[in-house]
Amino acid sequence: MSLFLQQIINGLTLGSIYGLVALGLTLVYGLLHIPNFAHGALYMVGAFMSYFFMVDLGAHYWVAMAGSAAVVAILAVLCERLVFHPLRNSPPIHDKIAAIGILLFLEAVVQMFWGSDFRRMSSPFGGILNFDGLIIPEQRLLIIAGAFVLVVALQLFLRKTMTGATIIAMAQSRDGAFLVGIDANRVAMMTFAISGMLAAFAATLYAPINLVYPTMGHLVIMKAFVIIILGGMGSVPGAIVGGMIIGFAEALGGFYISTSYKDIIAFGLLVLILSIRPQGLFAKGAH
Amino acid sequence: MFKFASLLMTPAAKYLMLAFAVLFPFFAANEYQVYVMATAFVWAIAVYGLNIITGFCGQLNLAHGGFFAIGAYTLGLLTVDFGWSFWPAFLGALVMTAVLGFLVGIVSLRLKEHYFAIFTLCVGFIIYLLIDKWEELTHGAIGVRDIAAPYGFGLVDFTETTPFYYLVLVFLVFAIWFMGRLSKSLLGRTFIAIRNGDELAQSLGINLMRNKVLAFVLSTTYAGLAGALYAGMVRFIGPEEANVQHTFDMITYLLVGGIGTIMGPLLGTIGLVWITQSLQFLEEYRMIIFGPLLVLLVIFFPRGITGSFLTWMHRKSQSLAPAKKRQESKVATAQNREAESNA
Repeated sequence: MSLFLQQIINGLTLGSIYGLVALGLTLVYGLLHIPNFAHGALYMVGAFMSYFFMVDLGAHYWVAMAGSAAVVAILAVLCERLVFHPLRNSPPIHDKIAAIGILLFLEAVVQMFWGSDFRRMSSPFGGILNFDGLIIPEQRLLIIAGAFVLVVALQLFLRKTMTGATIIAMAQSRDGAFLVGIDANRVAMMTFAISGMLAAFAATLYAPINLVYPTMGHLVIMKAFVIIILGGMGSVPGAIVGGMIIGFAEALGGFYISTSYKDIIAFGLLVLILSIRPQGLFAKGAH
Repeated sequence: MFKFASLLMTPAAKYLMLAFAVLFPFFAANEYQVYVMATAFVWAIAVYGLNIITGFCGQLNLAHGGFFAIGAYTLGLLTVDFGWSFWPAFLGALVMTAVLGFLVGIVSLRLKEHYFAIFTLCVGFIIYLLIDKWEELTHGAIGVRDIAAPYGFGLVDFTETTPFYYLVLVFLVFAIWFMGRLSKSLLGRTFIAIRNGDELAQSLGINLMRNKVLAFVLSTTYAGLAGALYAGMVRFIGPEEANVQHTFDMITYLLVGGIGTIMGPLLGTIGLVWITQSLQFLEEYRMIIFGPLLVLLVIFFPRGITGSFLTWMHRKSQSLAPAKKRQESKVATAQNREAESNA
């Protein structure tokens, strides 16, 4: 039973991280209909920035997290301005190829500065809590709590502030948003900034229980895509629920079926689901 | 200038290029250069496959490198673990990639645009993970060693670089010839109609699914052919062969050369493979150049070298043509523009 609970905690941890990454991806997709393949690279840069601030500059964990979020947000806005904005009227295949170009570039730059080695990043929350035999590392609790706080904050931002409302308005109807005079450029930049920040937060939360290396974004971004297809592309609650489904499937599958094939579980699930429902599990209609 | 431009596209130019390719081993500085050129040709064959599904049919397939790896692994495993000789295993690799292409195709091609790209990205990753983890079948991270070389019917020894170069060249010429025939055939035009719009194609009575799956199977068979040749050439393969990076490389080659064109994949691949070779000192950092190159290309030259060249030539011929012809070419430009905007 305790082993099972352990897997539940693992599932929640993974689900939280995947959910945060998928949230950023789904926001950009919902607004601009760009599947941003470079999002995984933003996640990776987020981890390296935190590593840089913490290990190389000796900053505190929270400071490093904030710094990394700021850097990645700026980077994401630059991607929007320099790459996706000029391509807004191009055929959809071009956005995707451009995103791949950004991904390759960011990975190469990080590799140039830090090499391709696996790095460890510690955090001040290295302790382990013991609840009557149920062992929970503090960092895992922080991940779950952190993801919860971020999701609530994002919801409040989208629902309660004017800027958030413009983002929702534009996601619901582009033409309608233009009619009431919403500045599309500002909204697009804002969305990319939020998306980048979420990726950086997720990376900084997850890095202490994982490793930091230039291709660390690959698996995460692909799972995030599986999640937003599961949850309906562009849907915020879908990303969170989808994140939890994949997180639990992976934790339980890895434990009860096979550790070496645990990464295939998410993709197998996607293949299965799309074979039955080409428009995704919860999506109302195919985009 | 104009005369020179039109010359480049004549059959004479193609024969000149062929002659250059045939004579290349004689004026290459060393055997290594022949080897690099053979590698470029192998990749070019795979890129032609990508051109069928992505260039002609308009579906961004991100599992292409995976099918390349399946071709290489089928040949490798059939010769090493099952004791087949090269040519039967080669046929086996073609059949395997065609069958798997068919199976993946019938599931994935029901999906539209983004969904298709994401799905194939995941398929590519599943192929990589399976090759890496399924050790009983694929030898896992150790890779497959001592793959059989093609036997040359007693006269030539294909373990040598130069004979193998010619073997690859024969397949490449065939691949390009087939692509040329395809682009002019009804089938090829059907593919282009699908790229220009699903609904439009359907309204013309085109069976979308059947044609897309056919294009996909053709494309994966090209990738399998290239993969099998690659395995026969290097004779050692590992999970890295299935790395998604290879898919991205091929997309870059295709885009630089000119997506949807006949000579583009060849020019793009050879050009970039040689540039990569001369940038050896950059090793894995070459993506610092290739990444932004990819972005700049889709923004400023979405049709690549060959495509931009063709457009430029078309404009030239328009300004030189008499008024009556200009009227005709206006129609052509409109069609061209439509094709461009959907490429």
